[in-house]
Amino acid sequence: MTPETLAAWSLLGTYSATAVYVIAFIVFVLDLAKRSADAAPVARTAVAAEASGSSAVLVEAPPAPPSVATPTRNARVALALTVVGLVVHVAAIVLRGIAAERVPWANMFEFALTGTGIMVAVFVVANLWKDVRFLGVYVTGLAALLLSLATINFYDAVGLVPLPPPLQSAWLGIHVLVAILATGFFSLGAGLSAVQLIQNRREAGKLPRLRFMTTVPSAENLERLAYRVNVIGFMLWTFTLIFGAIWAERAWGRYWGWDTKEVWTFVIWVVFAGYIHARATRGWRGNRSAILALVGFAAVLFNFTVVNLFFSGLHAYSGL
Amino acid sequence: MASSRPSDAIDQDPAEERTAETRVAENPKLGPIGFARFLWRTLTSMRTALVLLLLLALAAVPGSLVPQRSSDPNGVFQYAARDPEGFKILDALGLFSTFSTPWFSAIYLLLFVSLIGCIIPRTKHHFDALRARPPKTPARLARLVGFTSVDNPVDAETAVTSARQVLRSQGYRVERYGDSISAERGYLRETGNLIFHTALVGVLAAVGLGGAFGFTGQRLLVEGEPFTNVLADYDSFTGGSAIDPDTSLQPFSLRLDSFDPEYEQDPTTLAWHPLDYDANMSVRTAGGDWTPATIKINSPLEIGGAQVYLLGNGFAPIVTVRDPDGLEVFHGAVPFIGLDANLWSQGVIKVPDGLSDQLGFSGFFYPDAIASTSGALASYSPLLTDNARLTLQVYRGDLGLADGSGGNVYSLDTTDMEQLTTREEALVLAVGDTLDLPGGMGTIELEGVAEYVGLDIHHDPAQTWVLGFALAAVFGLLTSLFIPRRRMWIKVVDGTIEYAGLARGEDPALAGAVADLARAHREALERRMPS
Repeated sequence: MTPETLAAWSLLGTYSATAVYVIAFIVFVLDLAKRSADAAPVARTAVAAEASGSSAVLVEAPPAPPSVATPTRNARVALALTVVGLVVHVAAIVLRGIAAERVPWANMFEFALTGTGIMVAVFVVANLWKDVRFLGVYVTGLAALLLSLATINFYDAVGLVPLPPPLQSAWLGIHVLVAILATGFFSLGAGLSAVQLIQNRREAGKLPRLRFMTTVPSAENLERLAYRVNVIGFMLWTFTLIFGAIWAERAWGRYWGWDTKEVWTFVIWVVFAGYIHARATRGWRGNRSAILALVGFAAVLFNFTVVNLFFSGLHAYSGL
Repeated sequence: MASSRPSDAIDQDPAEERTAETRVAENPKLGPIGFARFLWRTLTSMRTALVLLLLLALAAVPGSLVPQRSSDPNGVFQYAARDPEGFKILDALGLFSTFSTPWFSAIYLLLFVSLIGCIIPRTKHHFDALRARPPKTPARLARLVGFTSVDNPVDAETAVTSARQVLRSQGYRVERYGDSISAERGYLRETGNLIFHTALVGVLAAVGLGGAFGFTGQRLLVEGEPFTNVLADYDSFTGGSAIDPDTSLQPFSLRLDSFDPEYEQDPTTLAWHPLDYDANMSVRTAGGDWTPATIKINSPLEIGGAQVYLLGNGFAPIVTVRDPDGLEVFHGAVPFIGLDANLWSQGVIKVPDGLSDQLGFSGFFYPDAIASTSGALASYSPLLTDNARLTLQVYRGDLGLADGSGGNVYSLDTTDMEQLTTREEALVLAVGDTLDLPGGMGTIELEGVAEYVGLDIHHDPAQTWVLGFALAAVFGLLTSLFIPRRRMWIKVVDGTIEYAGLARGEDPALAGAVADLARAHREALERRMPS
């Protein structure tokens, strides 16, 4: 097969994966809706029992059990769909790499393609460890959205061009892959932190209508989960920064020069360092640290999109 | 960073801070020493450090929004030209050199002072902890993590002895208190934490030293031309405050023998993509012979304690200007700066002496010229071909060399000059052509075209130190984030054995570890029991 054919198959795989993610997203939404219905408040059960005219002693419905341990059918189906989407997605990434005869993350389209794949993979693997299916809506939604945006906006501009000399280095494989991995963990961590903020408000008696939130771990547990995911992201980001500096020394003649991308890599690192310290500072646990994690992830997204597209600098490899 | 107390110390933290606060509240009249103490406590507190950390992130952002003198001097120049009023305001704030402004420096210096103020007492504390025995077993274990109570199948003494062995084999430091064993492990967590934060100080110091004892210089080197590592041979040079460029530069020489670029044309877009750049050099150190060496992007040359990087390339038309009598008044290869991917290039030639007036040429070089229907030239490829063309506009007058305004060799200041050629009359030369200058001033010949490379020469004696400290920081970070510090107790109480643990910092696996310990202890006891 010619590289063009392989690239076409890869694109088809990208479309297919996006479509499967959209379906998975819908099923995840249905799951949350069902959780809301199942977690109907006590009062309604009582009313129903009275209306049926039963003279039996009114048995108070037990408080909604934390159904976290037993995922609903919809949640299982949606996760299975996500895995199917991921398999197709990984195939698309691999085909892209074979077509281009290099690592499939050398321009913005490829970074988005591989980055979303890693994000979904981190989510799927995280589910083996803890049930985080409640993040499915967020992860599949974000993956489908980013893949669509990347295919529409970035695909036509990039052919299978050979790597320019500055990118011809083993560090391309390492530095960029580690950055993508970090982004995957940060995106999952941001999802957890966002749910934590919502859960916190609900636990404070606000948001009574978000009943499905009763099936989600407590804000404290969410914070702990988010922390563990973000800490791995931070570790990977530290490696991104150091590997990037080593490569910059080889390719550009200095290990650090406050290039726009370097500035943002630094900003992101410092924000997440702040996040880690916030967790150990009185008055900064809970909401504040969650907001820091979200600010950090926003900076990651900003770094990938706005900085690549609108800022000039040495990291001008978007292929656009 | 604030280091003082990341997750580990969280249990003691609030109490300590509270005492500090109440003490201040009780003593509203602070003497100067008290006030200094108060300042120091505030500065080294975790919260201040956290705020400084977030400020540092915020303060770095402007450095990406406007061009920086250090990384993009051209961008700064263009900004000033585009928006002179705004430039004045932003420049007064130092935004064009964000990372060396007083406010940015103040933030990171305060942060590092705060950091050091944390590291020192904490190192002392940790040093004491390393020598201390595990603490006394609490009276009641029931409220601690993973509390387990099982029947004791053996006598108390056997159970306690065995407990000691099991805990020791799991890497715990143990101490017996009555019929119980108190154990602690994971001291490396705090060690790693201290290493991480100390290494950050090391990185900062090494970066500073590298800046003071290092230098960086640029040189545009045309084929055949030798370069010697002395100050006068650099196009631009920035030396650290602690070096004297007249004496500190190690002697070595470089010469560009040939430059071999490799391109590939995309059959659909017809665009040319560079595949490889090879600068074939000859190099010589003091007293040695010329030896060949190749510099590529991503593969710098190490020589004389410095690294030589290939950062650019282009063409330098070799031009000779003669006066009406045929006497040579200018001869040289003039580097033209590439403007697009096909090395359509721009440059200027200055002829200050030998003719009736000073002459300046400004124009373009096309390595592979093609003409559009309108007659305008473009370069079809970055390859030097027989279609190479040099187009020049001619100016007569004051080049501005006397007052320094015309000092830049890549631009022509035409304010005091008269243009002798219209756009249509521009001189167009192929290699080997000789054309008459306007007004019978003489002739200009394009003898040939040389290639040139842009070289960056760096010397940073602290570079490996920066890397070393960075790697130490990574090691410290890994151990401080992923090694759990925990205390364990095994206690024999009236025919039962109790197990429990206490986390010091983030330790999600503690309950499981207590269960594993109970199991391991039980197995050890079973092995002992006579069957």
